[in-house]
Amino acid sequence: MFTTLLEMDFSPFVLSFKLASITVIILFIVALPLAWYLSQTKSKLKPFLEAITALPLVLPPSVLGFYILVALSQNSPLGSFFKDTFDISLVFNFSGLVIASCFYSLPFMVQPLQSGFESINKNMLEASYIGGKSKIETVFRVALPNIKPALLTALIVTFAHTVGEFGVVLMVGGSIPGETKVASVAIYEMVEVLDYKAAHIYSAIMLILSFIVLLSVYIFNAKHNRKFGFTK
Amino acid sequence: MIHIAVQKALHGVYADMMLDVDFKVKAGEFIALTGQSGSGKSTLLRILAGLEEAQGEINVSGESWLNKEKQLPPQKRRIGFVFQDYALFENMNVLQNLLFIADDKTLALRLLEITGLSEFTKRYPNTLSGGQKQRVSICRAMMRKPSLLLLDEPLSALDPLMRAKLQTEILMLHREFGTTTIMVSHDPSEIFKLASRVLVLENGKLIQDGDVKNILLKTNGSQKFSFSAELLEIKKVDAIFVATLAIGQQLVEVVLSQNEAKNLNVGELVKLSTKAFQPILRS
Repeated sequence: MFTTLLEMDFSPFVLSFKLASITVIILFIVALPLAWYLSQTKSKLKPFLEAITALPLVLPPSVLGFYILVALSQNSPLGSFFKDTFDISLVFNFSGLVIASCFYSLPFMVQPLQSGFESINKNMLEASYIGGKSKIETVFRVALPNIKPALLTALIVTFAHTVGEFGVVLMVGGSIPGETKVASVAIYEMVEVLDYKAAHIYSAIMLILSFIVLLSVYIFNAKHNRKFGFTK
Repeated sequence: MIHIAVQKALHGVYADMMLDVDFKVKAGEFIALTGQSGSGKSTLLRILAGLEEAQGEINVSGESWLNKEKQLPPQKRRIGFVFQDYALFENMNVLQNLLFIADDKTLALRLLEITGLSEFTKRYPNTLSGGQKQRVSICRAMMRKPSLLLLDEPLSALDPLMRAKLQTEILMLHREFGTTTIMVSHDPSEIFKLASRVLVLENGKLIQDGDVKNILLKTNGSQKFSFSAELLEIKKVDAIFVATLAIGQQLVEVVLSQNEAKNLNVGELVKLSTKAFQPILRS
């Protein structure tokens, strides 16, 4: 058993976690202003933006993957621009995976942050403006520290969801070992070649990790709510 | 000198109306702004703070906060604002709440000393009582050394005893710093204690402006007590009628004549008055 474990190739897991970490960082930077805007705006555009943000939740991953493939391929304006200017291909490699993951996990970052921001007492933010603080300073020193559970949920769930994605990754990245073959794709291939032993080990690791991640989010949120006297 | 002349269309609870006021405030004055709910008091305060847009002009000792061309954002007006629900920064302790607004520890500690909060500097807002929270909120509003302090029904969520204490503290702060202040309040005793001038707002217009006594003392010179009361019940007891009234928080029973009993309706707001010749005052 142990020798099997030691001999196993865990590079797909490393790749999954690398992909998830980069996705979380990029998405946090992109989603923070978007979530803040959505939480504060009264614009008529809000429902449209919210619907677009939520699309990856309901679209089949194959549809999302197909459009990303079309948009990034070397025949598209964007893809050919990157190919000609930087000599970078955006599909069937790691950067393509990162772009696809960012689209796929966008709602998991935006929605918790947005509802967190919306739950903040508006007067608290106004007190900060009246105190002479800019919007940016207010976001980082008042808003974000007051929605720690939502912030943690957004970061962790985005990470976990990116580790767990399959369809989009397969379509945009294929299964190139060490480049685009992430853990979920690896499991799929193990089952295809009837290597149930490896599939069991991989799946068990995924299951346990996911459970621990979710459990720690819920424990943190319960503790935080108790400490700050929130009852939900 | 502060000159305020603003207009804004409001969608009130009962009907749409136009908030349209024009008044001047002398430096160091303590003004009470009163009037029924929905008359535009809070909106006026929010316009002064720059939290809501409006037409017109606001001129604060030569500096224009609002005119045709520009509207200064709240960040650029030197304002102190106290919200009814405290609105403290929950992630910061008492001292940090104050220092976040201005990095002036001497002033912060002095303010906390005046309001009796010196021992609570390291406490977080969720561990404080309502009265303590509102004290912190008032201190926080003073941190910017505001040229105009705005209080939006600051004490209405507190019990009467705490309210009386905080009124004294607000008065002490006003004496020490001389900040020009506008306070929204419904409580005549509070207005009497704190303010030197009362503005009464009704449907967005100023209907009264003047000395506290002239406006609030409804029985000027008549040697009468007069109270606004709500008629809760009329009961027939033998040959007489007994009415139960609520005057503020207190219930009283009075005898009515048959005529009175016929003409009054339960639930009505009435005026109860009596001669004030031999009052007994006890503490």
